[in-house]
Amino acid sequence: MNILVCISNVPDTTSKINFKEENTAFETQGVQFIINPNDEFGLTRAVWFQQKVGAKVTVVNVGDASCEPILRKCLAIGADQALRVDLQPKDGFEVATQLAAICKKESYDLIITGRESIDYNGGMVGGMLATLLEIPYVANCIQMDIASDEVSVQREIDGGKESLSATLPLVIGAQKGLVEEKDLIIPNMRGIMQARQKPLEVVPPEAAAPASKVQAFEKPAEKGPVKLVDAEDIDGLIDLLENEAKVL
Amino acid sequence: MAVVVYIESENGTPKKAGLEVASYGRALADAHGVSLVAVGFNLTDHERLNVFGVDKLYNIDTQGGVHFDVERYSEALAQVATKVSASLMVVSSSADGRYIGPIVAIKTDAAYMSNVVGLPSQYGPLQVKRTCFTNKAFNETQSTKERVVLSLSSNSYGLHEKPGTAEVLSGDYPVSSNSLKVESVEKATDKVSIADADIVVSGGRGLKGPENWHLIEDLADVLGAATACSKPVSDMGWRSHSEHVGQTGKPVASNLYIAIGVSGAIQHLAGINASKVKVVINSDPEAPFFKAADYGIVGDAFEVVPVLTEKLKARMQ
Repeated sequence: MNILVCISNVPDTTSKINFKEENTAFETQGVQFIINPNDEFGLTRAVWFQQKVGAKVTVVNVGDASCEPILRKCLAIGADQALRVDLQPKDGFEVATQLAAICKKESYDLIITGRESIDYNGGMVGGMLATLLEIPYVANCIQMDIASDEVSVQREIDGGKESLSATLPLVIGAQKGLVEEKDLIIPNMRGIMQARQKPLEVVPPEAAAPASKVQAFEKPAEKGPVKLVDAEDIDGLIDLLENEAKVL
Repeated sequence: MAVVVYIESENGTPKKAGLEVASYGRALADAHGVSLVAVGFNLTDHERLNVFGVDKLYNIDTQGGVHFDVERYSEALAQVATKVSASLMVVSSSADGRYIGPIVAIKTDAAYMSNVVGLPSQYGPLQVKRTCFTNKAFNETQSTKERVVLSLSSNSYGLHEKPGTAEVLSGDYPVSSNSLKVESVEKATDKVSIADADIVVSGGRGLKGPENWHLIEDLADVLGAATACSKPVSDMGWRSHSEHVGQTGKPVASNLYIAIGVSGAIQHLAGINASKVKVVINSDPEAPFFKAADYGIVGDAFEVVPVLTEKLKARMQ
């Protein structure tokens, strides 16, 4: 089985977000970059398939050379090889277009994207990629098993979950649940040493245009201070929620 | 030319997210001087759509299919959009809305923009404000394509009535390739989901253990609210991860968010930041949540919450 895991390079979840160049670009100074958490849940499941059924795991990122450290980390976690499409993408459509080109060169049985990246939160790459390749997509994927050609997956829906049967090739949007936080693999020294020897290939991008572009960023307005209510004065809180905030 | 909206429904009745999308679509249609075309599946109670200014409704009979079917729904939507020459399409930001949006965008050669929080700041080329960095920031995104699919953030536009009469048409239900098949759906029918809720009550580590969750559930019951939890609570297995809200969990955009015993880690605050009014109850006055909240009580949840629940119950009667 051939698995492709699509990896985004995103600011650490604890990052303070700032912008530069008159609020037209994200300030990367002093920001620690990580594997997008949803992608890491997907990668961990892929490595599980690699160990159980001998799947080959390829990771791919669409980004510039600054994304290579997280690809090396994916290799240290257990991926067999890495690809980097050498392009700083403008939007999710551009990423999906580049990934579709990769998937047409080599055939993958299972393609894993994260549910969404935690920077732009577009949540579009998986669905677009699958539609470009004319294969099915399962969003918000919280469980996946493969027995010969039979694939069973679960999708988280509002207020519950849906169980589906599917066929390969398939694209899934990974999220927590596919594996748990405790299942995440922290690379050991052997993994890190091996990762240095594993192939990381830089692929030139296909000619393609984005579907949208970000014009400017903005931070939310500063919030006023909290209005504290005495713990004995519950009626006071209810009154504020009812008559001032008007939310009851 | 037309604006096309996808009306989500439950048992034949449009959901609130569907009505909000219709309201928003009406405003877009008026700005363009075009008609508003809605697409729904198995709607029985579609008179409600008249209230929100839908001109034409394609009510598609799924021939006995009772579950959301991504492949056939997205194809049906794309077919209607093509038939009526849609320039704009709108879906909600529910799990199904965000699932179908990017797929419809590719099928119709449209740009896709999610987490949209208001009317466009510019038409032609279309430009909208959307949240990014999990609600830590916004950006203005401009389309480079003629057609655009927008996914509207819940509760960001609200319901705006504009009475009219919708012409009801039937539509074709596309054939299935059977590559994806829903086997079963598990859904709590007695509980409101986090995505649909106007009010969310959330618990953190301060509740000391899963056996104390009746405090959260009782308060949520009185308010008709959904229950949620912080990341450590779901990681420890006190609550299902479907309740985990925050950066790697579910986003919350409710009108009222009540956090009980939640310290307010930056990832949690990002996930709930789109909620309009935030209340924190925590015994630690230094908890970061107090900086993000609108109203706060420094106090013991085990004493404060039962009183709050009782008083709200009395008020409701």
